[in-house]
Amino acid sequence: MPKYTFSVNGKSVTVDAPADLPLLWALRDKLGVRGPKYGCGINVCKACTSHLDGEAINPCVTPVSDVVGKEVTTIEGLADGDKLHPVQEAWLEQDVAQCGYCQPGQIMAAVALLKKTKNPTDADIDKIENVCRCGSYFRIREAIKSAAAKM
Amino acid sequence: MASPTTRPGHDEVTEEPDESSGLGRRRFLTFLVAAPTLTIAAKIGFDAVSPETAEAVIPTLPGPAEILDLGDVLTLSNAATANMLVLEVMQSGKVRLQLPRCEVGQGITTATAMLVAEELDMPLSNVEVTLSDARPELLFNQLTGGSNTIRSVYGPVRQVAATARARMVATAGQQWKVPAARLSTRGGAVVAPDGRKATYASLAGPASRASLPDLVVTPKAESAHTLVGTPTSRQDARAMVTGQLDYTLDLDVPGAMPVMVRRPPTINGTVNKVNNEAAVRAMPGIIDLAVVPSGVAVMAETFGQALDGKDALDVTWNKGTVDGENNESIKKKLKAATLPFVVPPLLTQYVDAEFDFAMVSHAPLESNSAVADVRADSATIWAGLKSPIVAKQTIAAELGLPENKVTVHVQQGGGSFGRRLFWDSALEAAQISKAMKKPVRLMWSRIDDMRHGRARAASHHKIRATFALGQVLSFEHRVASAETDWGHGLGEILTSFAAKLPVGGNLSFAQTVFLLTVKSPYNFGVTTQLLNEVPLKMHTGAWRSVYSSSTRGAEEIMVDEIAAKLGKDPVAFRREFIKEPRQRAVLEKVAELGEWGKKMPKGFAQGVAVHGEYKSYTACLVEIDARDPKAPRVIRATIATDVGRPINPRGIQSQMLGGLTDAISTTLTAGLHIDKGLPLEGSYSQFHYARQKNSPPQVEVFVMPANGEPGGSGELGVPAPVGAIANAYARATGIKPRSFPINFPVDFEPFPR
Repeated sequence: MPKYTFSVNGKSVTVDAPADLPLLWALRDKLGVRGPKYGCGINVCKACTSHLDGEAINPCVTPVSDVVGKEVTTIEGLADGDKLHPVQEAWLEQDVAQCGYCQPGQIMAAVALLKKTKNPTDADIDKIENVCRCGSYFRIREAIKSAAAKM
Repeated sequence: MASPTTRPGHDEVTEEPDESSGLGRRRFLTFLVAAPTLTIAAKIGFDAVSPETAEAVIPTLPGPAEILDLGDVLTLSNAATANMLVLEVMQSGKVRLQLPRCEVGQGITTATAMLVAEELDMPLSNVEVTLSDARPELLFNQLTGGSNTIRSVYGPVRQVAATARARMVATAGQQWKVPAARLSTRGGAVVAPDGRKATYASLAGPASRASLPDLVVTPKAESAHTLVGTPTSRQDARAMVTGQLDYTLDLDVPGAMPVMVRRPPTINGTVNKVNNEAAVRAMPGIIDLAVVPSGVAVMAETFGQALDGKDALDVTWNKGTVDGENNESIKKKLKAATLPFVVPPLLTQYVDAEFDFAMVSHAPLESNSAVADVRADSATIWAGLKSPIVAKQTIAAELGLPENKVTVHVQQGGGSFGRRLFWDSALEAAQISKAMKKPVRLMWSRIDDMRHGRARAASHHKIRATFALGQVLSFEHRVASAETDWGHGLGEILTSFAAKLPVGGNLSFAQTVFLLTVKSPYNFGVTTQLLNEVPLKMHTGAWRSVYSSSTRGAEEIMVDEIAAKLGKDPVAFRREFIKEPRQRAVLEKVAELGEWGKKMPKGFAQGVAVHGEYKSYTACLVEIDARDPKAPRVIRATIATDVGRPINPRGIQSQMLGGLTDAISTTLTAGLHIDKGLPLEGSYSQFHYARQKNSPPQVEVFVMPANGEPGGSGELGVPAPVGAIANAYARATGIKPRSFPINFPVDFEPFPR
């Protein structure tokens, strides 16, 4: 089986995998990086949202062969040691999470949005398509605004 | 008193009730008791209607759910084992409570940790609540449902924590030779009047060994609570936002490899023959393959490869159980099964309406999953389970093992909404592990979760209200529903407590649950709410708020329509006819905070509705933008809720927010289309659960101050917004909503079967 080398949360990793294996399973099943969650497998629910060289991607539809030599950041790599990212802090302040399953993806999507749009409007936030089946959307919106204000 | 002198169908009672003695009212009420089909203990009935609520309207006697609701039954069923809680004071000074319930997002671990911290006067951060393994000795006391966790553990958790506190205080008293009554507790330590201090860490050991025969244990007075009742953030939030919280499939169980199952093209189909086993076994990464009752299981090195393997299988299938059914055929059956009205609309004005509600997938974001390690003489299971005792018993029987050889670990779940009352993933994982003789990590694909998972049963509703002289004389609601599966332990509880239930006759479990949960908040004269079920062998199950989201949602639409016929404002009409002051108070609160009656542009409107259940009350006022009736959006929501005694108001707000989003989804867009025995929907791109763009940018949830014992809140939040959204939609568009979800096209290409 071919080997693919890339970086996950700052560490270089190499996996043996078929070229078309989705990155989600390389992360979860081969590397034990289990912050990104499965929710649909077809880039609809966005629960696995992570970053590839700083841009939001969905590992469930990204073949592992596409990330060679690139930097993958998952929810586990967002904080600086014990110091949380301002978006994570905002999530705690607003007590956003209910079941919590979608929240790694929601946070990674919010971080990606704030990178491009410093002060997002409601219409900008509406463009985040990540599903929250517990329906915490209003608190997600408030947390994004609060993080934007602090950043 | 504006009571009419002629009551259709009941013309033997013609006298006005005698206001002065109360005797007339009693006779009047006695008559009303006789009219409906439900038997109610008379004494309770009379006492429960307070005279001041019934001056101008025709009183409706309390329904069964107002006398003893489902939560009461669950609490009653727990009574024998309620105090069999395990609380440990550790030598580190930390305290751990093992909670025999399942956390799936409702915030019960944080709320119960608050109760413990309060009772022990210690920092919340030093209290840890874990989920108990299945404990059969708890009998009925390990079922997470009926919005009952806080109601049922509020007393016992305080009692067990108070016992720990009393033991440590008494032990410190023995050591210092100071009477326990002179000692206090603060910051996780016992403190003497002279300032001496003994931490719980230092007392945990001695207190566990001390002989304290005269220990008197009284939980702290509620008036002295300082933490309980204050908004508190979730204890597990940090683990969630850093990706550290372990859901079932995040566990590292040695040797457990990924497994997925190829399922039939129709619900409950079975495997006839696997035609290409060798070819699939030869695919990269495939480890094993086994036929199980639900399909063909494929084990691989990764879930990605297991998915490819199961998709590559060529299987000949036997028929399922509802192969000929589709939404239209089910609707027809339900319509035919709807029981007739009793009150004919003679000599009065009346409103009749019929409503349909589609099936709705629970669709928790963590799809059905379990880890199982079955050996020759034992088995260990890990899964999000709300009925772990019945799960354990069923799995032991299936594997042919004694119950005590099966260990069932309850994992925190990624959502449930009723789904995890069923243990089908755990049972299936056990069957696969047994067949493959290997530990397994089983995951359902999203498509399978929606198509072969559980769903709220479809229902048909027929409502008739009669009125005259400004008063509502009768309100009849007939519900026909596809059978809801109650086979997860609740049925057994109801059987055991049948003699204590305020419902008579030979009712099914479903009818009993219906009557123990659904009640009308209004004085609408003779009120009857009846359920009839159609047996359809599909995978149904209680969906957050069970019968109430549809039943009470439809009723709140009717309330607006009756008000319109009587020429009354929806809020003013409700205020006049609502029975309970607490119900009226939340309505008034949302009318005030939500600016009821404010002017809205064309295509926009407000809508309001109320709901009471589980000893709690709520009201919701929404604003909708329905300029495009095909793409409406709720743009603002105001909710007030009275749960009797809020433990964590912030958590209650979360639950109400979730209920609102569930209502937005199921009222406007989310449902399942059954076609040839299978739902067409297979993902969130097809099952239109709300996204951020469908959610209101302005939401306010007001939690009323404590005024009694804790009521339920987990399911309370759905029905009122269902009614409010439908009413706002009707007011904005002039279209009377009758079929839900309102906008429900098949706007997608279904996945192959």
